[in-house]
Parts: sequence; structure tokens; C-alpha cells
Amino acid sequence: MAKKTLVPFGPQHPVLPEPVHLDLVLEDETVVQAVPQVGYVHRGLENLVDKRDFQQFTYIAERICGICSFGHSMGYSQAVENLMGIEVPERAEYLRVIFHEMSRMHSHLLWLGLAADAFGFESLFMHSWRLRERLLDIFERTTGGRVILNFCIPGGVVHDIENTELEAIVSTLRGMREDYDQIAATFLDDASVRSRLSGVGYLSKADARTYGCVGPMARASGWDVDVRNNGLGAYSALADFKPVTSQDGDCYARCQVRVEEVRQSIDIITELASKIPDGETLVKIKGNPAEGAESLTRIEQPRGEAIYYIKGNGTKFLERCRVRTPTSTNIPGMCATLGGSDLADVPNIVLTIDPCISCSER
Amino acid sequence: MSVKDTSKKGASYVKKSPWIIHYDAASCNGCDIEVLASLTPLYDVERFGIINTGNPRHADIFLVTGSVNEQAKPVIEQIYSQMVEPKVVIACGICACSGGVFKTCYNTMGGIDQVIPVDVYVPGCAVRPEALIDGVVRALDILEQKRAAMDAGLPVPTPEVKLGVETPRVLHTQDDPDESGTPIEPAAQGGEGAKR
Ligand code: SF4
Repeated sequence: MAKKTLVPFGPQHPVLPEPVHLDLVLEDETVVQAVPQVGYVHRGLENLVDKRDFQQFTYIAERICGICSFGHSMGYSQAVENLMGIEVPERAEYLRVIFHEMSRMHSHLLWLGLAADAFGFESLFMHSWRLRERLLDIFERTTGGRVILNFCIPGGVVHDIENTELEAIVSTLRGMREDYDQIAATFLDDASVRSRLSGVGYLSKADARTYGCVGPMARASGWDVDVRNNGLGAYSALADFKPVTSQDGDCYARCQVRVEEVRQSIDIITELASKIPDGETLVKIKGNPAEGAESLTRIEQPRGEAIYYIKGNGTKFLERCRVRTPTSTNIPGMCATLGGSDLADVPNIVLTIDPCISCSER
Repeated sequence: MSVKDTSKKGASYVKKSPWIIHYDAASCNGCDIEVLASLTPLYDVERFGIINTGNPRHADIFLVTGSVNEQAKPVIEQIYSQMVEPKVVIACGICACSGGVFKTCYNTMGGIDQVIPVDVYVPGCAVRPEALIDGVVRALDILEQKRAAMDAGLPVPTPEVKLGVETPRVLHTQDDPDESGTPIEPAAQGGEGAKR
């Protein structure tokens, strides 16, 4: 039997912008075990509910993660609305979903770029990020921010987006789609991409269930979990929604699922923009959360299901806020997938779960 | 491990394209993706010869995003000490400048200047790529000054690390959510802050 070696992976490394740290136990070139080390980006922001009232905390919640920032503010706002029994205007629900889907697209394009970088396809990285800038332009034009939007608050959204603006968004996305199809074709059909990703990091459906995987990671293993399926908020207005799945369970399948989800998001936005009702976009919240009131909401973030739990204590400060983010749920699955893989494939496998460390460590 | 004492008279320092190294201390990612966005086609700093490297020895500019915590501190110090003089540190985003929204979190030490000397502060939440590029341009001037000092055999001008003068950690009382809360001794903080 070969000698076992321990190789540290991270926290500072060229591929990933975030400090992921894994201790890899190797036997020759094969990974026997992967042990994640956490805490590099732990800030302890859930504890800030002591110091920021429940309305101010929306901005903190948004800064759990800069990539899925809109989703976090939306999940937190929904939790507060549940807690206090607030009915959100329908137009605001639609706008939320439209922005949430746009941030899913920007997150997936970002991921596609990083994945291309990880398997050594630099120009594909550049093209993905070039396309992503068009979404950031939309964000900047409509909300003023490029990555942190401060658009969704408890009670609705901060301001209305006019119908003409929505049309402009839809036409931008339509234009994007042609360029996107070219990139997507490279991701899915290029021989070098296939040879780097096919058969790498296999996770079976049974394992995905055992390890409780969520999001594209679970869907790529043929398990169609998707919170959007439950038809909460404006998702109920969609004529037809079916989670994108793949049966293969390898890195290629995970890439495929994300590639398709971008197209799906464009469809969702186009459909909702054509159906959006007129009306108010914000209701004022009066009073404080009741003592002992609890609420729990789930939303589908780009990386999978995120859960928000909050508890009131009768004052404007919350008693507790707890967020369970998709990456922390996916890490056991990732470590299982890493076992038995080659050392050279580790960056690819780590990347295909789309790790978001600042989400999972908060 | 630090390579500080190379500033002998007679050694000459070649002017070169600035290479950067980026580390995410404890940020929310917002600033990191903006750092990466400045490397991609719309902003494209690579056309100025600015390259993102993963090797501290190759880098002239250290971009740090996010507020520092105890776990990230040794990593930042290590990267900083492995970089060769002249070097410049840029704090990207308001978190890296002062701790930002996370300043009062229990696991946050504050800005990057608590740990290593910072030359340029670039505020913004998230930092905009334009601001970031402006920060890098300023850093180039500072790099030039440092290089000139080294050529002349003088000590390299380095800003102070502010660890000794740590901004008091403020814990707010429930009815005083503003920045003007009463500072609490670190010992007392364990009891109060660890409430849940
Ligand atoms: S400055 Fe803002 S965007 Fe940047 S890391 Fe801090 S919270 Fe995130």
C-alpha cells in the first residue's frame, strides 16, 4: 500500500476567489479523504440581530453573500413578512422573482466563468464574465448597485420598476440569449471541456439523498428538488415549471444543469414581465414582531435551498436569526465525491458544487 | 521569511508591470467578484499589464477584501511577509478599510490595518471596479516612491499597523443601535456578547 500524504488545499489559491480550505489525504495521486476546515470568513453576523433592528437587518442579511445578495434579502424579507402576517403587493412579488432570477443568471454565469478558468479555458471565462456584465448593467440602471442591490425590503421592494424598463430588460435578455447560446454550445459540446468534466466527481442519486444535497448538485444527480416547484410568491403564476435535471451525476452534468438553468431563468423573466399586474410595490410595516413568534421560509438560491428562521421577542430587535445556506448543506456531498478522485481533478470537483464560503460561514 | 533587507545601495529596482495578489479575508464576496470583474473584458486591467497572480513572491500589490478575523490574520500576515519589497497593500471595500457593516460582529477585528500596513484605502460597498482601478493607479505612485527610496538606500516608507491603537469594540445596548454605544471591556464582552 502506498504511503499516505496530507496535502493542504487553500486557503489562498489561484483558482477560487474565496478561502476554501481542505485537508486532502492522498495515496499516490488519489484522494482517500477530504476534510474541510472552516472559519476563514466567519464574521458572526447572525449575532448582529442584537444591534440592528429587524428592518436594518435586511441590509446585513444582504451582505451574507455578495453573489446571491438579492436572494438573501428576499428570503429574510419573506421571513419577516411571515412573522408579522404582512401581505406583500402582487407587483412586488413579481418584481422580486424577476430580480431573483436575474441574480441566478449572474451567479450561474459567474460560476461558468470560474469553472472555465478551473479547467483551463481562459477565453471562455472572459466571455462568460463579459455576458454577465450586461446583467450588472441592468442592476445598476434599475437599483443603483452592481452586486449589492438593497432593493428588496420587508413589505415589498424599495421602488417600482416601470413597465417600459421591464420591456427594456426583456429585450436585453433576448439579445443576450444569442450570445449565450454560443457560449453554452462551447460548454456542452467542446471536446476539451467534455474530456475534463465527463465522469469526474460522480455522485449517485442515492448518495445525493443520503448526504442531503440541494440545488444543481442534487438535480445533476437526477433528484428534482427545487423550492421554486412549490409555487411560492410569483412562481405560482408560471404556466409551467419543471426543474432542470440530469441523470449523470458527474461534473459535466452539474455544468449542464447550470447552463440550462440560465435559459430557464430568461424564460421565467420573460413570462412574468408579460403578466405583471399594476399596483403598489411596498406596504409600510408597523409595530414589532410579537414575543415568541417564529417563522421559517425557504427559497431557492442559485446554489440550492436556503432556509431562514427568525424569532421575535416583542421589541424591534429579533430574538434569533438563523440562516441555513446551500453550500454548508452540499459540503458533505462534495467531500464524499472527492474520495477516490485524482488530485488534479480536485479544483474542478470543488468548483462544481459552486462553493460559496461566505454564505456557509457567515 | 521576510525579504526586507534587500535595500542595499547599488541594487537597482526595475520598473515593471504591477502584478497583484488577491486575498479574501472575511468578506461577503461582493468585493471579490468586483476585483475579478476588473480583470475581465469590460474593465480589463490586463491591458495595462496588471496580472492576477497566485504567488506572493511574484506580486507587487496586495489586494485585500473583507474585514479580518482571527483565523484569516495569520494567512494575511504570511502572504504579506512573503511578498518582496517594494510592495503596496490596498484595502478594497469598506469592510477592509474599517470593518464596515461587520465592525461590531463578535468575530471581526476590524479593518486590514489592524494586521498589516495599508497604503491605499478604497471605500465602497461593494467597491466599484472604477474605484478599484483608481486605487491601483494610486498604488503605482506609492510603489514608485518606495522603489526610489530603496534605490537611494533609504528605509522603505511603510504606514503603521494600527493594532496597538485598536478602535474600541463597541457593543450596543438594545435601545441604542447607533454607533455611539458604550465601549465595553473585552472581558465583559464575553458575558454580554455570548448571550446566544
Ligand atoms: S464592503 Fe460590502 S460588498 Fe465588500 S465585502 Fe464588505 S459587505 Fe461585502
